[in-house]
Amino acid sequence: MMIILLSTALIWKAVGILAAIGIIAAVVLFFISKKFHVEEDPRIDQVAEFLPGANCGGCGFAGCRNLAETIVAKGTMEGCTCPSNTKENNMKIAELMGIEVGNMEPKVAVVRCQGNCENAPAKVQYDAAFSCAFANNLFVGESYCPNGCLGCGDCERACSFDAIHINPETKLPAVDEEKCVGCGVCAKNCPRSIIEIRNKGPKGRRVYVSCRNQEKGAVAMKNCKTACIGCGKCAKACPFEAITVENNLAYIDYTKCKMCRKCVAECPKQAIVAVNFPAPKPETPTI
Amino acid sequence: MSNERIKELASELTHEISKEIKKEIKTYGKKTFRKGGVHPEANKFAHGMAVETFPLPDQAVVYMTQHLGAPATPVVQKGDKVKVGQLVGEANGFVSANIHSPISGTVNRIDMIADVMGYKKPAIVIDREGDEWMEDIDTSEDIIRDIKLNKEEIIARMKDRGIVGLGGACFPTHIKYMLRPDQKCEYLIINAAECEPYISTDNRVVLERTEQCIIGIEIALIASGADKAIIGIEDNKPNAIAKLVAATKGHPKITVQPLRIKYPQGAEKQLIKAITGRSVPNGALPIAVGCIVNNITTMYVLYQAVQKNKPIIQAYTTVSGKSVPAEECKNFRIRLGTPIKSIMDAVGIPDDTAKIIAGGPMMGRSVANMDAYAGKGMSSLLFISDKEAHRGEVSNCLRCGKCIDACPMGLEPFRLHAFSEMSRFEDCEKFGIMNCIECGCCQFSCPANRPILDFVRVGKNKTGAMIRARAAAKK
Repeated sequence: MMIILLSTALIWKAVGILAAIGIIAAVVLFFISKKFHVEEDPRIDQVAEFLPGANCGGCGFAGCRNLAETIVAKGTMEGCTCPSNTKENNMKIAELMGIEVGNMEPKVAVVRCQGNCENAPAKVQYDAAFSCAFANNLFVGESYCPNGCLGCGDCERACSFDAIHINPETKLPAVDEEKCVGCGVCAKNCPRSIIEIRNKGPKGRRVYVSCRNQEKGAVAMKNCKTACIGCGKCAKACPFEAITVENNLAYIDYTKCKMCRKCVAECPKQAIVAVNFPAPKPETPTI
Repeated sequence: MSNERIKELASELTHEISKEIKKEIKTYGKKTFRKGGVHPEANKFAHGMAVETFPLPDQAVVYMTQHLGAPATPVVQKGDKVKVGQLVGEANGFVSANIHSPISGTVNRIDMIADVMGYKKPAIVIDREGDEWMEDIDTSEDIIRDIKLNKEEIIARMKDRGIVGLGGACFPTHIKYMLRPDQKCEYLIINAAECEPYISTDNRVVLERTEQCIIGIEIALIASGADKAIIGIEDNKPNAIAKLVAATKGHPKITVQPLRIKYPQGAEKQLIKAITGRSVPNGALPIAVGCIVNNITTMYVLYQAVQKNKPIIQAYTTVSGKSVPAEECKNFRIRLGTPIKSIMDAVGIPDDTAKIIAGGPMMGRSVANMDAYAGKGMSSLLFISDKEAHRGEVSNCLRCGKCIDACPMGLEPFRLHAFSEMSRFEDCEKFGIMNCIECGCCQFSCPANRPILDFVRVGKNKTGAMIRARAAAKK
């Protein structure tokens, strides 16, 4: 009997102590939360709702919430837009903030290399860690092209949207245009800057130089059949001055290009490719 | 070549050593470093082969990047006549080294030429005409014993003659000897361990040029201000040990320390630990524990530079491989800029060769471009057979911890590998990736054939870039 009485007393004691601690803590926390209250703009949560929430980092900020904070803090979407967002959602963000949308052309990743097994045959065999970053430090590449794709798939592993894959036949990355949102993480992870983020273009049509070679023509031709040799024919043929040749490499400025495709016909090495154009034109590989 | 034959060769070599010297060697004992390390097959096939002088090339391609640090700047122009030993590339910046012409003739062109990795590097192409040396170089074989230069003059000579460490890394030597006033060198440690399999050039240099090496060490003692020089040498070179012991007997400052065989004993931190028992702190240089480490072949070229004013124009190269017949494994004295193809042809590339490695099977690089040319640090050319060249199938990490046991720096390689693969470079830094010496013991010991070192190298590169960016942002 005594034992039971004692134990009930102990239980009440414990309950009492815990309750007292709880009440004291609640009071202290109440005052602390009043004292250190941070005023947060309610628009941050609203903006974040219209972002994809993949936290891919393609915008250059630490995740979607950080981007929303930046948009609200800066009050503009110039330089801090989500490249992978849909147009409608971006419009909604702009509406919410009462600002201009800015340049909202849809973007897509393009692979600027055609050095597959046929065009650029391997001279040595690579047998080490399957990582482009490592292979780039180790040697020049199986085809001896110092600017060509190494084919180890750092871009594939970096992609959060499952949109880029190494094609087992060509050993080159292929972009799934349906899935690619143009966030640019693959471009950042490519040690040879082969992947570029370009405007998707009307109906997905675009013209670009599919090569990054910067060596002289004679050297490049030894390594790859489709290397840009910097001959400058395309630049002369272009009526819109959209093509510049620098370091033996032609580059098409997509803001100036009107897709006339005169350069495609002119290129002696088939280094310029036009994708998603309708049939009668000669078919070009979709890369 | 079978292991029995190698043992036979070794016993043939040792029977010439006198009993007194053998007794003396025993009194020195054997040391080694405690933590980590592996025992790859030694395969020192070319141990007994005297160094042969390789014929002069008709055209030499002298890279401007034969050392660690900034590439040298060419100081000659197309059409210039150059003599052997003439300065053709001037050091550009603090960590850089001078480069001299290895042959005499006319400068054909200055161009970008692919190195063993296949990347284009600035280089000077020289067409050979005869073999005319600069007048101020003493080409005689006489041994000059008196050291006339003082400390500053020796360091200036090192810099002028383009002396770099010939142990593999090609670090400009004069930088090691430029001490701050608060730094003091107690021990000069001479690395003759030659722990890499196959390579036997250090052994041959010691055997054939013992006295010059000792004079070189005396010169380095003056330059460093150290009281004591210790030569660390692994005990698979009994003849070299005997020669060094005989040569340094009674010498007040130089002693020999035989070492137990273990890779990577030739790494400077491990060598210091083995010989002096001192540990170099994280991120510090050997001078932090009062040591300077230099290779024995570097001592020989230092002797030539100081006593004969001769720059580095030659590389000592072992050409070897398991499929190469025993008498064809050779040590060559090669003029820099010789095409590596001609060196390989001189020995004959075995039919089953699938891979060629320049500079040691553990730390060297495989040759991606056969049309490259020899540089200062090319200590070996190895032919690896098809059977051994390929890597095994990679499986998941077993968490067996063999890499941790093998790591001589006390790191956790499997963890660094994982962090690097997941681009977690802050974690890489926290787990000490920058202390990695890239010896490859982890990958060598991995039963799952995981490419540990490959990813650690990637991680080290990117972590280094991250740390530098952070330091730059702070400024």
